[in-house]
Amino acid sequence: MTESHESSSAPPARSSDLRIDQEVIAGLVGNGARVLDLGCGDGLLLEYLINNKNARGFGVEISTQGMHACIARGLPVYHGDIDQGLSDHTDGAFDYVILSQTLQAVRRPRFVMREMLRVGKKIIVSFPNFGHWNIRLKLLVSGRMPKTPMLPYEWFNTPNIHMCSILDFQDLCRQMGINIIEQIPLAAWGGLPRSPLKRHLVKILPRTVSNLLAPVAVFLLEKGKG
Amino acid sequence: MNQDPAHDPGSVGLVTTQAITLFEQGEPLRLDSGAALGPINVAYETYGKRNSDSSNVILICHALSGNAHAAGRHHAADTKTGWWDGYIGPGKPFDTDRFFVICSNNLGGCDGTSGPSSIDPKTGKPYALDFPLITIGDMVRLQRELLKHLGIHKVLAVAGGSMGGMMALQWVLDYPDSVSGALVIASTPRLSAQNIAFNAVARQAITQDPDFNHGNYYQGPKPERGLSVARMMAHITYLSEKGLHEKFGRRLQNRENFSFALETDFAVESYLKHQGSTFGKKFDANTYLYITKAMDYFDPFPDPETTARHLKSVNARLFVMSFDTDWRFDSSRSKELVRILNLHQKNVSYQEFHSPHGHDSFLLPDHEYQLSIATFINRLYNEHMRRQPQKDSHP
Repeated sequence: MTESHESSSAPPARSSDLRIDQEVIAGLVGNGARVLDLGCGDGLLLEYLINNKNARGFGVEISTQGMHACIARGLPVYHGDIDQGLSDHTDGAFDYVILSQTLQAVRRPRFVMREMLRVGKKIIVSFPNFGHWNIRLKLLVSGRMPKTPMLPYEWFNTPNIHMCSILDFQDLCRQMGINIIEQIPLAAWGGLPRSPLKRHLVKILPRTVSNLLAPVAVFLLEKGKG
Repeated sequence: MNQDPAHDPGSVGLVTTQAITLFEQGEPLRLDSGAALGPINVAYETYGKRNSDSSNVILICHALSGNAHAAGRHHAADTKTGWWDGYIGPGKPFDTDRFFVICSNNLGGCDGTSGPSSIDPKTGKPYALDFPLITIGDMVRLQRELLKHLGIHKVLAVAGGSMGGMMALQWVLDYPDSVSGALVIASTPRLSAQNIAFNAVARQAITQDPDFNHGNYYQGPKPERGLSVARMMAHITYLSEKGLHEKFGRRLQNRENFSFALETDFAVESYLKHQGSTFGKKFDANTYLYITKAMDYFDPFPDPETTARHLKSVNARLFVMSFDTDWRFDSSRSKELVRILNLHQKNVSYQEFHSPHGHDSFLLPDHEYQLSIATFINRLYNEHMRRQPQKDSHP
């Protein structure tokens, strides 16, 4: 039981602890917002938003480890998959619904996006960009499914079953009548939380080349007016 | 389990049940039914030491057939420990090295707290069916009075499984300023028609026993057979089909072939008979009637207006837990509670645990489940300590 003692007395989240895409997401969330974080993991982002942005937060997490970490942080968290975590909530119950690096792992991405837009006024989605040059090159050169630090799995055991590129995602938003408020391609591997360089690597890339150069993208979306 | 309590570092050791009489003078306890009751005896046990400011109190609520003896042993020779001994003790989730843990026998009970088998001071005879019908709210009201008498006005957490979970929820609703956190385990915001049906059949088994005698059986033979049947049936609902089958399968009891007579052929029959008859001897049949009725009535969220009213001032942190093989109060019932709390933007967490043991899982040791309780309790306690740092540094 020592694990819980340690984690519950750990200092509250600072921005330097955040993964790079989490940091960008935190920047998009307005003050005092009500936030639903789908796949909240150890609850770091949610705790940061509560402490620094005065947010009211709620997490959904499938792993037991993540659950214990969230409970130790005092976060309200729901143990279950994302679909269940969403059906509990009424239309527009949240100012922001966050899906960070998880879209590619859900079974029904369009359904999840629709549900997010139902319960949230705005939604924030971050995902690994499969159009990144490194991935294209790996497939071209090796002729095998590409593996990267962010996508380290074999094709047969990967949880990432719905990979897309930034262009694919833009297409989907158009199809679903979703309004893109902001899109932020990131120049660093968002999946490397402990990299000392990460803070220096953040650069906003020109949009035209982002599909080729950005390994991760963050989108702020809302329901289209039409 | 058979360790000498004096040498078991995880045990609270030898404990004694304490007794107190409340509502002796002045106002009696006003019950939800409109009736009044007093004086009321309460049996309770405590484990651990109370802080100078009583900030480390955890109230444990027992289920239908439990009692105040939640941890430790009454005598060194006791083979059985208290009913939640795996969770209450030094270093355990309800860590008695740091927390002051209280458990009392519920109102209507038969283990030291006033119930139908207690003597009615007006007649000098057991109340029997003259004992007023009670609710979960009444049980909690009595606990509140007990704590007040002990000088405790706020508890760090209330925890309970099954009916004990209903009580923990009731605490949060009725005394929102007196509870920091609640653990509602393997429980439900209301009984379903099926749950009520099981209770109804149990009550029928008792009241149809020829020895029931309109509840006035205290001078003669007790309706043990009826109570035993009620318990046998309920016991099946506490276990999962898989768990029961894995334990007994189709094994025969002390025989190699079918008897081709109405005898106890199967091991599971023998097991249930034993469970039923043990319970029939030690428990009071009238208490069983009253407590199951109280569970049937429990429904704090019957309609949107009442729900909103009940939840309005609630600011406690709630942790709802369920077990995947529990079919008495399955996970969907816990999720129903979580949904209601979420709709009203309450601070609620929910976790489902894997266990083969059905409803009984909440009583049995399990690492993940224990760790979740411990983590939740530690967080509550740390927050409390953080809020009052200056108070603790003063001599």
